[in-house]
Amino acid sequence: MTSLNSVPLTLMVNGQAHDLELPVQATLLDVLRERLHLTGTKKGCDHGQCGACTVLMDGETHLSCLTLALSAQGHEIRTIEGLGGPDGELHPMQAAFIEHDAFQCGYCTPGQILSAVACVEGGHAQNDAELRDFMSGNLCRCAAYPQIFEAVKSMAGERQ
Amino acid sequence: MRPFEYARAQSVAEAVGRPGKFLAGGTTLMDLMKLDVERPAHLTDITPLRENGELSQIVEDGGGVKIGALASMSQTAEHPLIAERYPALSQALLAGASQQIRNMASMGGNVMQRTRCPYFRDLAFKECNKRDPGSGCGAIGGHHRKMAILGGSDACIATHASDASVALVAYGAALTLRGPDGERRVKLEDFNLLPGETPHIEHDLREGELIVALTLPAPIAADGVYLKVRDRESYEFALSSCAAVLDVQEGKVNAAHVTLGGVGTRPWRSPEAEAALVGQPATRETFEAAARAALQHAHPLAQNAFKVPLTARVIVRALMQAAGQIDEAGNPTTGANA
Repeated sequence: MTSLNSVPLTLMVNGQAHDLELPVQATLLDVLRERLHLTGTKKGCDHGQCGACTVLMDGETHLSCLTLALSAQGHEIRTIEGLGGPDGELHPMQAAFIEHDAFQCGYCTPGQILSAVACVEGGHAQNDAELRDFMSGNLCRCAAYPQIFEAVKSMAGERQ
Repeated sequence: MRPFEYARAQSVAEAVGRPGKFLAGGTTLMDLMKLDVERPAHLTDITPLRENGELSQIVEDGGGVKIGALASMSQTAEHPLIAERYPALSQALLAGASQQIRNMASMGGNVMQRTRCPYFRDLAFKECNKRDPGSGCGAIGGHHRKMAILGGSDACIATHASDASVALVAYGAALTLRGPDGERRVKLEDFNLLPGETPHIEHDLREGELIVALTLPAPIAADGVYLKVRDRESYEFALSSCAAVLDVQEGKVNAAHVTLGGVGTRPWRSPEAEAALVGQPATRETFEAAARAALQHAHPLAQNAFKVPLTARVIVRALMQAAGQIDEAGNPTTGANA
């Protein structure tokens, strides 16, 4: 199968299938924001350096700005919009971020929270150095790092 | 990003021989396509082949290990066969990039990653022999603090960016390349080419060839160390690094593999350092002699001259750690003999 210009594809986002027709060079980030109107996923650097566009793909953190939408076919994508409960209740990590005042402007927060969820679920939050390294791909220009660390740490014992 | 002809490979046979570029994790290629540095007319998406066990599994292979080329960096770093038998590779993988990138990037793509030289990455600079052969090198007379001190030429001093490749070379890794005319194996050490007069030719890779596996022979020693020094503690490329694997018997170095990162135009195996180690007592004096030997042909410029003494210290510390004389924090271990 080869193609130039627009191609049809199906993306699974937050448990819902979306049938789309997209230019071949569309990134997952642009499709989430511009076509599916899921604007919780943020565009920071658009070059894989800041982590604002972090989403979960099959449960692992991925950078949606460096993911071709076409490559995301067949994978389960979860964005910040898919994290809370059906009636709008917050995910425990979202509540922990509020509790610990783990943001200022909030722009990096969706990416921070998705990395934090994967960090705790993957068992990487038990050790402080490992937690810091796991979270280091999400930059916060307001420098709320101590509070972000505390928020993630507070959840470390909550699961496993 | 410019459009391209997109193909989605469902089998290795379908991918091999295709023109243009293969797309795996995309962490280098997508970035460089956005910067307009890479402009493939054809893109073959090999991510569906991750479902194919052969290309994403990590398995025993004779006395060694075979890593499928589409295994991710994080999957490889955490795999028990790698973490237990090739600890320096696991350490190097975890010291590289960010968790998101480690989840995306493939091992085959890691050995193909391009330099981070700003003159290469930014089209605003007219001079870059790697991007535009014959245009000159902006870095030599420009900003070159992070550039290579080993293996450079008048045409290019761009540093090879991979941490994992440094450990892979130290463990004697080879690549399995499948092309239209069949399969061949190339040692990673030889796969990366020196820039010479042709810095745009970076690899011994033929048109249409696909990296299908990385193979590691049995390690020479159970312990191995990857030590990395950088401007930030995490998510930063190396200023200098060293992968050291030492076999010490009765206080003497029986065999040694020493490879440097952040300082070479390719992952820098140092036969000079290895020769200075083998047969010698495993002491700090020997390790210092090995560091001098590794750096005897270094060609620093004004801004990166600091890399020579820095790398000497990195080598000595990595060797002391590999010999079990100091711990990760640099503190003497109990019973250390030096």
